[in-house]
Formats: sequence, C-alpha cells, structure tokens
Amino acid sequence: MKFAVIVFPGSNCDVDMYHAIKDELGEEVEYVWHDATNLDEFDGILLPGGFSYGDYLRSGALARFSNVMNAVIEAANAGKPVLGVCNGFQILLEAGLLPGAMKRNENLKFMCRPTELRVENNTTMFSAGYQKDEVITIPIAHGEGNYYCDEETLANLQANNQIVFKYHGTNPNGSLEDIAGIINEKGNVLGMMPHPERAVDSLLGSADGLKLFQSIVKQWRLSIDVVTS
Amino acid sequence: MYKVKVYVTLRESVLDPQGTAVKGSLHSLNYKEVQDVRIGKYMELTIEKSVRDIDETVKELCEKLLANTVIEDYRYEVEEVVAQ
Repeated sequence: MKFAVIVFPGSNCDVDMYHAIKDELGEEVEYVWHDATNLDEFDGILLPGGFSYGDYLRSGALARFSNVMNAVIEAANAGKPVLGVCNGFQILLEAGLLPGAMKRNENLKFMCRPTELRVENNTTMFSAGYQKDEVITIPIAHGEGNYYCDEETLANLQANNQIVFKYHGTNPNGSLEDIAGIINEKGNVLGMMPHPERAVDSLLGSADGLKLFQSIVKQWRLSIDVVTS
Repeated sequence: MYKVKVYVTLRESVLDPQGTAVKGSLHSLNYKEVQDVRIGKYMELTIEKSVRDIDETVKELCEKLLANTVIEDYRYEVEEVVAQ
C-alpha cells in the first residue's frame, strides 16, 4: 500500500508520520508538497499535524485552499482512506470533509501529554484492529482541539456511529461529548486530535497507534482481494 | 476604492473560552459590572471598485475564508475612499 504524507508550510509531524509508515508499518510512503495537484498514484492520504501557514486566521483555514486539497477531496470522494491528525483534522474540518469546527482549548493551554482514548466504533477501516470500548494511550499536542458542532450535527454523528474515539477519563480540551476523533458518513475520512503516529513503538511510551495504521492496510488489502478475485 | 472593516466573533451560542478568561480577570480587577466579554478578530481590507456589488464580494469572502460560519459570526462596514 502506498501512502502520501501531505506537507504544508508549517507541518511539523510529517517526519513522524513518514517514520511510522515506513519503519514501523513497513509500507511505501512519500512526502507530497502542498502545491501538488495529483494524488492518483497513492492508496492512502495522510494529513500530518503542525501549524500549517502558521495557523494564521484559524487553524487549517489557509491550508484548506492550497492546491493539493482539491486532490485530497478527489481522493476522499473516490473512497480512498484519508487520515487527518491534529492540524490535519483541523484542515479536514475547514475543507468540509468532516463536520464541525475547533475552538481554543477550554483551559486556553497548549496540552501536550499522553491521553487515554476509548474506541467507540471499531467497525471502521481505521479502527477495526481495536476492540469496542478498548482504552488506548495516544499522545495529544494541541492548543485548539476543543471540537464543536451544533446539536443537529451531533445527533447525526451519534446516529451514524461517526464518533470513533472519545477521551477516556479526563477530557483535555473541553471538546463536545469528549470527542477525540470522528469519521465521515462514507467511512473513509477520519480526523483525530491525538497523534497515533507518535505511539507506534513501546520505546515511545505506547505502541497503541500502530494498530490504526495496520487496520487501514488490512482493510485496503481485503478490498483489493475482493476486486481481483 | 473601498475600505472594508470586518469583525469576526464567536457566535453567541458558542462559549468563548478566551472571553470567559478575560472577564474573570476584569472581575478580579474589580470591574464587577462587566457582564460579558467576546473576543474576536478585526480585519481591514482595501478593495478596488469593480462591476461587482461590494456587499456581494465582501459577504462571499467572509463566508469562504475570513469567518468559519460553523462557530463564528461576522459583520462589516464599507467606506468609500479616494485612491491614494
């Protein structure tokens, strides 16, 4: 499986993402600069964390209008797995690929620490490797992860089982319903504030994030087998 | 030429964590009469005259980029100025 790590000016978790895919997962991966216009050669798209365009105006607001985002939207519409982590999640929200918006953390602090997440939905291509209600440890590092959406949107997210991860125990940012990660209705675009790419080896304190990437690859292989058999 | 002043604030229905913190500080400075603080952004745009209606242009760029209407409201003032 071949992944693209999209690099915006100001991305800073691109190298971690690349390392997670290449060295820990053992799949093909390439960096793709934000002015690229074509992602056809890739099977999965990863939007890493960081401070794209310095977080000017709003997190993700300017990155959303970079060239590559048209290709990301195309890939999402084609059903390819698209994962946005942290700033990547914020960009997916600004692009309208996921519903809702981010506010400053409730306590106004930049929170950088391991957090416990509960797997709410393990039937997605990103979370199939986990048990339902499994508690996993994945680090966060953000100042604007206070997820918000209106009541109608929340009701839809709940009805369609689109909330994939919730904070377990303490909610570090005040997000609505302790939301840490959501998926689109179609089930191929996931946004999450915690960083699975920083939890891919027990040396890093947790290897719980690796299962997320393994799930993507496994589901992708299954889909390929179905097509070719 | 137009000088456009755009104000973007969090919607009334959305809790503003920065505003709440600033209100707390004002209260600790003994300004107990302060009921509410909303923090927002102020932007000045200089826009050339064109065949397009200025209100239409400003509304469009506010909704596309300057404000995230999921959580923010915007308002603006347009002033016609002589080009320097």
